[in-house]
Amino acid sequence: MSEPQACPDCLRRSRLLAHLAPYIEKVATGRVGSRSPELLRLSSEDLAEGVAPKIAAQVLAQVEAVPEDRLLADLSAAQCWGCCRHDRHFPVGLHDAADAPWALIGRGDPALLDRLEPEGTVTVVGARRASTYGREVARELGRELTAAGLLVTSGLAFGIDACAHRGALEAGTTVAVLGCGADVAYPASHRSLWRRICEQGLVLSELPPGTGAWRWSFPARNRIMAALAGMTVVVEAAQRSGSLITADLAADLGRDLGAVPGPVNSRASAGTNDLLAGGACLVRDAQDVLDAMLGPGVRKAERTGSRLDPALLEILGAVERGEDTCDAIAAGLDLGGAEAASALATLEALGYVTCSLVGVYSRTLLAVPGV
Amino acid sequence: MVSVLATAQTFTLDGISARPVRVEVDVHRGLPAFSVVGLPDAAVREARERVRAALVNCGFEFPLRRIVANLAPASLRKAGPGMDLAIAAALLTASGQLDLGRLPKLAMVGELALDGSVRPVPGVLAIAEAAREGGFEAIVVPAENGPEAALADEVGVIGLDSVTQLSALAAGDWSPQRPQPMPLRLSAAGDGPDLADLRGQRHLRYALEVAAGGGHSLLMVGPPGAGKSLAASRLPSILPPLAAPEALEVARIASACGRLDEERAGGRPFRAPHHTVSPAGLVGGGNPPGPGEATLAHRGVLFLDELCEFRRDTLEALRAPLETGWVSIARAGAWRRLPCLFMLVAAANPCPCGRGEADPECSCAPLAVRRYQARLSGALADRIDVLAAIRQPSAEEIGGPPGEPSAAVRERVCAARERQEGRLGSGRCNASMTPEEVRECALDVGAASLLADSYSRRRLSGRAHDRVLRLAQTVADLAGSETIGGEQMAQALQLRRRDQE
Repeated sequence: MSEPQACPDCLRRSRLLAHLAPYIEKVATGRVGSRSPELLRLSSEDLAEGVAPKIAAQVLAQVEAVPEDRLLADLSAAQCWGCCRHDRHFPVGLHDAADAPWALIGRGDPALLDRLEPEGTVTVVGARRASTYGREVARELGRELTAAGLLVTSGLAFGIDACAHRGALEAGTTVAVLGCGADVAYPASHRSLWRRICEQGLVLSELPPGTGAWRWSFPARNRIMAALAGMTVVVEAAQRSGSLITADLAADLGRDLGAVPGPVNSRASAGTNDLLAGGACLVRDAQDVLDAMLGPGVRKAERTGSRLDPALLEILGAVERGEDTCDAIAAGLDLGGAEAASALATLEALGYVTCSLVGVYSRTLLAVPGV
Repeated sequence: MVSVLATAQTFTLDGISARPVRVEVDVHRGLPAFSVVGLPDAAVREARERVRAALVNCGFEFPLRRIVANLAPASLRKAGPGMDLAIAAALLTASGQLDLGRLPKLAMVGELALDGSVRPVPGVLAIAEAAREGGFEAIVVPAENGPEAALADEVGVIGLDSVTQLSALAAGDWSPQRPQPMPLRLSAAGDGPDLADLRGQRHLRYALEVAAGGGHSLLMVGPPGAGKSLAASRLPSILPPLAAPEALEVARIASACGRLDEERAGGRPFRAPHHTVSPAGLVGGGNPPGPGEATLAHRGVLFLDELCEFRRDTLEALRAPLETGWVSIARAGAWRRLPCLFMLVAAANPCPCGRGEADPECSCAPLAVRRYQARLSGALADRIDVLAAIRQPSAEEIGGPPGEPSAAVRERVCAARERQEGRLGSGRCNASMTPEEVRECALDVGAASLLADSYSRRRLSGRAHDRVLRLAQTVADLAGSETIGGEQMAQALQLRRRDQE
């Protein structure tokens, strides 16, 4: 495969965005007409004139004056590469969007660009303040969808995003779309996850390397995620959550929209439950996503694990009934502490249960064969 | 006679060891005055009043002259009231009322009451040992401290009730018996509360046994009132009994801190500092530096209840001592190294409200829970091997039969520790295995594949990998098995403390 290419004009556009970032920050609001995706639809001249009329001419001239080799040298210095809308590797999904970025700056495996077609890509987003339930489901979806051959994209944010990435990395690769430069690990506490995605997957951004994160750049990043994927799945979102912006953008593009149901009395899931009420596709597991994207039954999610003997089945049943600590299981089934411990560790190794930081077990979506 | 000089020997406590101090009393002509020099602290300076009253009330004459008591070496800070007796003896000698010349080489410690009786002082065991090292033939101690001082062998011990006995002793009218040494708890039987009180809680019992079996530190997470503190306080009773020199060491530390309990002297200590403890209170400090809770827990259990409520810097201070078994305290002009080999046991609630996220009553915001739990994976938690999730025991369990008694569990723990000492050397346990020693653990095929599988799925970090192997070795030692089997590896994987990603 040939290397992805970016023409100087498109790279200059991304530089312009970086120069104008503080001005866009002032102008971009949540109101219709001045949301950042709408601003970014403007031509370079209109954008500069609109957000920073006093210095527009100066900034435009400054960006125009940057020589081509300087543009490319800056990219390679940050171990990044560019891919612009005129290149044949540019993700096809972005051609559908009127507000698509002119160029993407990537870090990681460029070969993944060709896999970023809407038919094979799913975006998993959700709240940053996610509950344990949401995190588990996100991780599970990330892993199972990746195992089923889809490419999972998300935004590297706290909560659902990070869990979706981690799950996807467990089964293969993933694509992260950032609201800052592709070489900037934001949030900083996700630096190790960012590094793993750079090594095992792909990090994309429309901003040049070294650009920090701005409030406006996250909705802008969401429009890229929505356009890249054939389906956007919202795992957990409160009302007025940022992930609902992604859902709106995806719906505007005519992409599929899925939502994971949550408890009806939980505010953390109010947004996703609203989406479901509004007709979004119900997502209970990876199979629901596969059916919605590829047609019912076209592809089966790899969702059955290895066989279990009756003793382990009984313990798995106890976890399903809500016995969530090793002690509760030992007491419920009249086992010794050691026996219960080894059985749970075996179930965890086989992927049937997961254990939280505080030793609380929960059942995964993995089905047992023959049950 | 212009001036008369007399001396006596005593000791002052310095951390947990004693340093010799020579008391020189000079009585000479001049306006009546009594001053104490040589870096005394307030308690030592007040000895003037106590000594004067004690001597007068016992029928001695207090010389109406200019008296200077010098405590040598002058550069060493002297603390505590333990020097009263020596100052009184030197003063009596200088004023010709006492002649200790016929007695063997003596050192003396003790606080004086105003009626002349001798009160107990802390650290007598360390002082008696220092007297032996310093070549003294006998040490005069308060009678109440006699049994404690007698724990130090090869040095004579004279228990004194009153300062009048000092002159009887010098005159040869009184020859006291060496006091019986205080019995040390060398067998752990009946040592503290028994594990049988822990009803139900099968997994916690198992986690306690493994933690004790390999000296692994333990974190218990569960709702309030589920039995975390009860379980922790039972841990000393299932640890192997201390050897005589270790028990003496424990008694010496307790004595220096004035906490020697006759009932439990030399038994494994159990310390549970409150979460408001300061860094200096936990690892030791102050000026002059004194021991903290970590040193008091030496060879025993340090229990940190409500781990998440402790100040971060306090817990940070515990990191290096936990690794090395020593606390080094450096202050301007003073440097101490105090021992602190202890088993760390911590307890925490699963979320700020304590109920746990799975409980419908839990009202904690997800972010608050995450932030709370993030403290469970801080730098100190990184040194914790075993995690036990605890739940509220059911009514039947609480009303049920008592659990296995400590003695039965201790037997298995001792057997496992013996295997470890045979492999690693005396005094070592699995928790202290170096990475090289961890590589030498013998795994069977099932165990190796289970570990490799968990590792490759990124459920384990590199450091967690070694931690699991140490635990698995302990589980195998408890089972009496030469190699680590698949079942034992699974148990270790389940017991390991989880890391946050």
